Amino acid sequence: MSKVLLGVMCACLPLFAAAADSIPGTPAPKVDQPEAYQPWKAVAYAIQEPLGGLKGNAANGRKIAIDRSKGNCLACHVMPIQEEEFHGELGPALGKIGKKYNEGKLRMRIVNIQEVLADSLMPPFYMKPDKLNRVVEKYQGRTVLTAQEVEDVVAYLTTLK
Amino acid sequence: MKLKTALALGAGFGALCTYADAFSAEVYSGYTLLRQETKDMQDDDFMNPGMGALARGAAMFTTPNAKGVSCASCHGADGKKLSAKRIAQYPVLDAKSKRPITLQQRVINESSERLGISTLKYESDDALSLEAFVRNIARGQEVNVQTDGAMTPFYEAGKKLYETRSGQLNMACSLCHDNHPGEKLRAQVLSQGQTNGFPLYRLATGKLTGTQTRFNQCFDAFRAKPYPFGSEEYTLLELYANAHGNGLKIETPAVRF
Ligand code: HEC
Ligand code: HEC
Ligand code: HEC
Repeated sequence: MSKVLLGVMCACLPLFAAAADSIPGTPAPKVDQPEAYQPWKAVAYAIQEPLGGLKGNAANGRKIAIDRSKGNCLACHVMPIQEEEFHGELGPALGKIGKKYNEGKLRMRIVNIQEVLADSLMPPFYMKPDKLNRVVEKYQGRTVLTAQEVEDVVAYLTTLK
Repeated sequence: MKLKTALALGAGFGALCTYADAFSAEVYSGYTLLRQETKDMQDDDFMNPGMGALARGAAMFTTPNAKGVSCASCHGADGKKLSAKRIAQYPVLDAKSKRPITLQQRVINESSERLGISTLKYESDDALSLEAFVRNIARGQEVNVQTDGAMTPFYEAGKKLYETRSGQLNMACSLCHDNHPGEKLRAQVLSQGQTNGFPLYRLATGKLTGTQTRFNQCFDAFRAKPYPFGSEEYTLLELYANAHGNGLKIETPAVRF
């Protein structure tokens, strides 16, 4: 597999390796259970209520946008993140996206933009896992981002004006 | 982002779907997008790193089994008795099974049925080397996969697989390779996902790579379960992917990043 493609699209969970060899006698490491899916309601292509009532952290959202195993937004979007090279151009530049859309509309697009644009290439970051098809085992039952991570990204996007 | 995305967004919420078809008439090889050094590497047989595997395939082609028979006994030392035009048509409808068969599957079957060698595994280095040797006989020929007549239902089934979303990222081949070719995914420009260069040498992995291994690599990227090599699904997907590039010249062994 191409290193670039791997880096661009795949998650590697480096922390998992350490958990595998636990010392005998110590309790087995906790299995990382997927969190419960938070229901949401869309009105006019917007989700007004934060997922799970959580509050987003914009600084963390920026990190998630860069992280190739999480949002990986830079694979497809030019963003005001100068320290990173090679921003992709499959989607529109997001430098002023906080002006174009309010929080509810941004949340809808991060949760699942395909509800707005049926043919979008952009991954649905918080689609109900049981609606997905042929997911590799490692990611089964999981959303791409957690509810908190979605809120963090939304908080970050609202700052882009 | 290109015009079509802008148009799609401009078209507003909801209705979209047809814009991709309208813009993707022209077929081009992944070669077009290569850097000049990589093109030069592919074009020069002495520099092309895929030639090593080809030499290995050539050796397999001429090595006799215990009874002194080799592929070359029937097809000529350089395989030139095989029809290049026919090789460019693969996958073809198999006369016996009446189903499509890939070139690699044909080569594996020839090895087991005519030479009694049943150790060739689909997408193994050996199977790929032998397939590459055979497909190279058709280098320069235009890909010419049948899509009509008895092939129609298989072609349509392959198209459906190509366009079906899967994986945690919920993507489909067509979304990248039909709707966004020529656009940048991070530093890499997307191609149309053509197969005219396979088996090809990938610089990123340093390996001869088969069509179906490439399918696995793309499925991995969107966290979808791949299908088994040589499966019905992959045969159909390869049929559609090859036909998708009808008219392109065969480049085997191509060089790609
Ligand atoms: C695989 C490519 C890809 C990735 C990864 C991706 N997007 Fe997108 N995004 C697109 C495309 C393409 C569009 C344009 C809509 C369309 O035509 O599909 C888009 C549209 C958008 C829009 C709406 C833009 C508008 O003007 O209407 C927002 C907001 C957005 N993306 C945010 C993000 C964020 C934030 C991330 C990371 C968490 C992200 N995207 C990751 C491809 C991607
Ligand atoms: C005993 C003779 C014989 C040997 C040995 C033999 N073949 Fe064949 N091969 C044939 C014949 C005859 C056909 C055409 C049969 C047909 O039309 O289905 C054929 C068909 C093929 C085809 C398909 C061509 C087409 O028309 O679609 C390929 C590719 C091929 N052989 C490759 C090989 C390879 C590789 C080997 C060695 C592993 C090999 N053959 C060994 C006799 C042989
Ligand atoms: C997220 C976008 C994306 C999706 C979806 C995708 N691919 Fe790819 N594919 C790539 C990238 C990136 C490359 C390497 C650069 C290139 O040639 O486009 C590639 C390369 C290829 C190639 C090699 C092209 C060449 O000239 O070497 C083939 C064949 C291919 N993909 C087939 C597929 C198939 C079949 C599917 C569906 C199972 C698929 N791709 C889904 C991104 C994607």
